[in-house]
Amino acid sequence: MNHVKWLIGGLAASAMALAASAGVAQDKTVKMSVVSFLSGPGAGPFGVPGRNGAELIIAAINAGQLPAPYDKPGLAGAMIDVEYVDESGGNTKVVAEYRNMVQKRGADVVVGYVSSGSCAALAPVIDELKKLTVLAVCGTPRIFEESDRTHVFRTMGHATGDNVAAAHYVKEKFPDVKKYVGINQNYAWGQDSWRDFDLGMKALVEGATPSDKVQWPKLFQGQYGTEISALLLDDAQLIHSSFWDGDLESFIFQGTTRGIFQKKKVLMTVAGTAAYRLGKRMPEGIILGARGPYGVLVRDNDSPLNSWFVQAYFDRYGTYPSGPPYQYAQAILGLKAAYDKAGEAAGGFPTQDQVIAAFKGSTFESLAGTVKMALGNGHQAITENGYGITKYDADKGEVTVTDVKFYPAECVLPPAGTDSVSWIEGGMKGAKCN
Amino acid sequence: MQTAITILLDGLVFSSYLFIVSVGLTVIFGVMKILNVTHGSFYAWGAYAAAFLIGVAFDAGWPDWLGFVAIFAAAIAVGLVLGLILERGILRFMYHRDEVLIVLATFGTFLVLEDVILLVFGVDPYFAYQPMMLLGASEIGGVSRDNYSLSLIALALVVALVCWLGLVKTRWGKILRAVIFDREMAESMGINVTMVYIVTFVIGAMLGALGGAYISPTVSVAPGFGIDVIVLSFAVVVIGGMGSIPGAIIGALAVGLSRALAVHEAPQLELFVIYAVMAVVLVFRPEGLFAPAKPRKI
Repeated sequence: MNHVKWLIGGLAASAMALAASAGVAQDKTVKMSVVSFLSGPGAGPFGVPGRNGAELIIAAINAGQLPAPYDKPGLAGAMIDVEYVDESGGNTKVVAEYRNMVQKRGADVVVGYVSSGSCAALAPVIDELKKLTVLAVCGTPRIFEESDRTHVFRTMGHATGDNVAAAHYVKEKFPDVKKYVGINQNYAWGQDSWRDFDLGMKALVEGATPSDKVQWPKLFQGQYGTEISALLLDDAQLIHSSFWDGDLESFIFQGTTRGIFQKKKVLMTVAGTAAYRLGKRMPEGIILGARGPYGVLVRDNDSPLNSWFVQAYFDRYGTYPSGPPYQYAQAILGLKAAYDKAGEAAGGFPTQDQVIAAFKGSTFESLAGTVKMALGNGHQAITENGYGITKYDADKGEVTVTDVKFYPAECVLPPAGTDSVSWIEGGMKGAKCN
Repeated sequence: MQTAITILLDGLVFSSYLFIVSVGLTVIFGVMKILNVTHGSFYAWGAYAAAFLIGVAFDAGWPDWLGFVAIFAAAIAVGLVLGLILERGILRFMYHRDEVLIVLATFGTFLVLEDVILLVFGVDPYFAYQPMMLLGASEIGGVSRDNYSLSLIALALVVALVCWLGLVKTRWGKILRAVIFDREMAESMGINVTMVYIVTFVIGAMLGALGGAYISPTVSVAPGFGIDVIVLSFAVVVIGGMGSIPGAIIGALAVGLSRALAVHEAPQLELFVIYAVMAVVLVFRPEGLFAPAKPRKI
């Protein structure tokens, strides 16, 4: 009889403990700061769409409306309490605002950042303040290649993947291209992008030669008349550009009038952000990248998560999602996967260290593909990366892409423990492209 | 030869752009001795207003040439409204204050106007490419050029000519020069200096807005549009000499041509060359190429 009493008592205590822990998770909120350009030239094409992607996915997570495997509400059961923060104003302001978010406003986790300049300036500060931070968009490989990070994660591939995939695509689809030139913004993102494309072309295409007239305009310069003249005079067959923001759209307008897209093959690693915005003004024939399986490149991917995201985004914002909404949503999905996994392992709401341990080296399903946290000691993601050719579909009234080809993550990004430059210069050893 | 022609044309186009955006700044400084940071706002508001009006005209199916009317209408409207509000609402209370305070006031106003742009026009860029497409392209020296950018050269010549005629050949120009030379003496001779200041500031604002309005069909007009232009305009007027219109012409040519040369022959020096020209001029002529050296009043 005593045994029965103990059993009943034990069961009751367990039930109360479970109820209490569930109650803690439901009552608890995770304070999340989402940072993107809400003003300045990066706001329209990147910052605001990225914020919208975050807003949509957070609302769905809190309401438990996402398709599996993200159909349980909250982060480990805790609702997300979000604030949106402007990234514009330069690196000093970005760092100061990060300290405000963490030290004054008590953010539990920070998600975002578009500019490679922001990320490079922030990375050491993040580890100094020991606050879990997920970089959503910025692409410079230097974040995890120049130092080991403890509290920083990045849930999308870096610029090396974009540009090695570009070199593969050129080799495969345009085998006659031997000479190439570039126009890239003169800071970390533009310089890294050109370096990786140039090295990739030299490694993959026999006889590939860069022009000595590679253009380096200032970020947000807006006027490219002189650069377009120089590119037109150059005898390179292909122009590489990692332009983004308003610069991308200005270059397209100015180049269209002068026929550069008819006279040269133009490869733009971030052109996906302009596709829906420019519509029929987007020139046909651009070799378009979206920095991974995002935006117009995966418009027709019919996975349940992607189908839900495309439709929900269109219903809410009146346009289809470009790359940044995908990339911000992906960062938050990665966090959810880590919180849920850590919560299950801990049997309750996890600590930050437990979330970091669960995040590190994890693999999670994103909207249109699988993300592996395979580089940077488990802090840097790898994803497949691909390109297509722009074509305006008059029937649909929107820009589409043809000849889309994706390359596996392990084909376009270096293996763990190897930095991008050494890997490409060494002939991309270990690349798994089939 | 082909490259030389291209460099020359590129340099002239960029110089014309620089002259148009900086002449308003130098006019205001020449007459009022105000280093007007709000000039970037005039430029941005001009661009937004023109892009908005061109969009309205295009959506309404009006004739394409009305896009050009919209550009000048936007410049005049922005200059008139913003110029009057700022001069009457803020600057007139500060004329007897320290010059640094006035610069700070214009800087503060610039920041406020940047945020007002966000409130009025939102964060999405405006595209007003129709006037540029309308003029088409020409082949010059083996390089395709958009005629709209070439028209900047003509516009800059017209602006320079009107400024010169206005200053040298009109009664109003004489009054202006009298105020530039000695404000107190001009006032004692019965010149309405307050009115001169209002008109000058409004004209300067219109010129700044014209720069933005005319450039708007070639770019994505987005928040933050007016920031970089302040730095470029300052470089031009510092090289030419603060307050000198011929100085603005020469400054714009020096920057535009040297930058075009750099882009074609040594692209990695593109950013460096503008400020290198400015530094060299300042070393040898700290007051700029065209501003007369003045004894300092103690």
